[in-house]
Amino acid sequence: MLKAKRKQVEQAADLRLQSQIGEQERFRDQLRRMARENKTAVVSFFVIVILMLAAILAPLLTPYEENEMDLLHRLQPPSAEHLLGTDEGGRDVLTRLLFGARVSLLIGVAPALLSLILGALLGAAAGYRGGMTDTVIMRIADVTLAFPSMLLAMVIMYSLGGGIFNVFLTLTLVNWANVARIVRSQTLKLRSDEFVEAARVTGVPDRTILRRHILPNCLPTLLVLFTLNIPAAILTESSLSFLGLGIQPPNASWGLMINTGRQYLYNAPWLCFAPGAAIMLIVLSFNFLGNGLLDVLDPRMKKQ
Amino acid sequence: MSGYLLEARNVTKLFPAAGKKKVHAVSDVSLQIREGETLGLVGESGCGKSTLGRLLIRLLAPTSGEVRFRGENITALKDSDFRRIRKEMQLVFQDPYASLDPRMTVRDLVAEPIETWRLCGSREEVTDRVRELLRAVNVPEEFLYRYPHQFSGGQRQRIGIARAIAADPSFIVCDEPVSALDVSVQNQILNLLRDLKTSRKLTYLFISHDLSVVRYLADRVCIMFLGKICEIGDTEEIYTRPRHPYTRFLLDAVPVPDPSVRGKEIRLLKGEPPSPADPPTGCRFRTRCPRATEKCAASEPELRYIGGVQAACYYAEEGPA
Repeated sequence: MLKAKRKQVEQAADLRLQSQIGEQERFRDQLRRMARENKTAVVSFFVIVILMLAAILAPLLTPYEENEMDLLHRLQPPSAEHLLGTDEGGRDVLTRLLFGARVSLLIGVAPALLSLILGALLGAAAGYRGGMTDTVIMRIADVTLAFPSMLLAMVIMYSLGGGIFNVFLTLTLVNWANVARIVRSQTLKLRSDEFVEAARVTGVPDRTILRRHILPNCLPTLLVLFTLNIPAAILTESSLSFLGLGIQPPNASWGLMINTGRQYLYNAPWLCFAPGAAIMLIVLSFNFLGNGLLDVLDPRMKKQ
Repeated sequence: MSGYLLEARNVTKLFPAAGKKKVHAVSDVSLQIREGETLGLVGESGCGKSTLGRLLIRLLAPTSGEVRFRGENITALKDSDFRRIRKEMQLVFQDPYASLDPRMTVRDLVAEPIETWRLCGSREEVTDRVRELLRAVNVPEEFLYRYPHQFSGGQRQRIGIARAIAADPSFIVCDEPVSALDVSVQNQILNLLRDLKTSRKLTYLFISHDLSVVRYLADRVCIMFLGKICEIGDTEEIYTRPRHPYTRFLLDAVPVPDPSVRGKEIRLLKGEPPSPADPPTGCRFRTRCPRATEKCAASEPELRYIGGVQAACYYAEEGPA
């Protein structure tokens, strides 16, 4: 599904470049239009903001500690004291969910940002310089893309060991190639655009052309890629943690919570449902927001 | 010193094409541009006009031959040594919609050359200079912080011209600067270019396929066909007495806004131009020329002087066919 979406991002970016003739909408106006017309995207945006706030304010929102055990009240169903029940160690599920949101959001945003920066720089360099630079960078990207991303992530995590920093690194290494490919194809097109030629004839140095003319014109596409990379990273982290390769206990992570809750699926299904629903909510929200942005940037969707 | 501002010597540009073929975009062109003149460059689409213009200002590197600027061979210069000359040469683009970065304000667009060459110290000085330039091209100053898409084609072209003159160049290639504009606006831009030329002592290479526009602006005119110069010389002389058959056809094809002339026989060129990837032997125009003989197929005519202008035709003296 993500592959198809990437394709769509690429096409929308192309069309955007082609449609430079005619009335051009400023990006700010486009966002305003999205807010008006695409309610799902707006709702998603607020869901994300609320989740972020909840993650940040987690200690203030619950009376329990993240790892506070209470073995007398293990596996309790949802109640007034424990809104989402307790787990096998008697820990409050809602509390762990909130603290887990920190991990998931951090894991979503940080590697998505890192891979975006890395991919954008390498992709722009490859597209603008061409020749050997292009060949070397893009062949490395091809090799990265040749592996199924989950497999690649598992191999890297296995050799590096668990821990949040290694998860960052892994997710960045898995995702940069996609960004690089899209940015490269855009750069290739922008490079032959007249306003880039105009900068060259003005004597602007190549590095400044990349920074001032090419990357800013890739920005809307990068924003969409960013919002689409976040859920991918969250899902990968959840899967890694589920497989025991990501975040290590006793720290909470949604994937990890599902993994441990799995053993009690018949007796205490809320252990899996709560983090599962949380993952679904956040992934869908980012996807809807990303789709909303994509629609805005796609001239075919433009309404009169 | 050769006494010319710009000189092209046997400049050839080949582009790789499908298969092993090469497209002869410009082949063996030599021409001189004097300081302060406007040289018009005329030819049909795909004849290599724009390529030649870009070769002269080193936006493209020639496959062979050299370009001299004020007597100095700029083709042989290293990029770092060429930088000081880069400032002297500018380009006004055909499409004012594509040649301005859509994400930059007018101020930043016009300031770019000033900042690149560090012509002003502080931000305020740069902005003042931008205001001055906008005044020079008749764009109201209050549009300083607008974006290109908020302007009409003519105004955008004015902004493009402001950019081109910002670093005080001496030579400007105008690559069909008015062909994307409404006729009513064309005149204003042409007059602006002409005024700027006098006030800033500019030299132009004016590329166009519009013969009347060239006649209005150019001191001398150069007619190109398929990467070669057919005829070059004084504008009025060539317009009144064309030597090369191709020039004659071009001039005949200009519509005459006079109904009394209508119905009179106008000779139009037959057929399509030959492919530049596979040009005919001898004279490149011979496949479409009513006067072509075996001599034209056997060897290529060189440019030679015929009464003040240069033409590349064996039968240039003989008048209309």
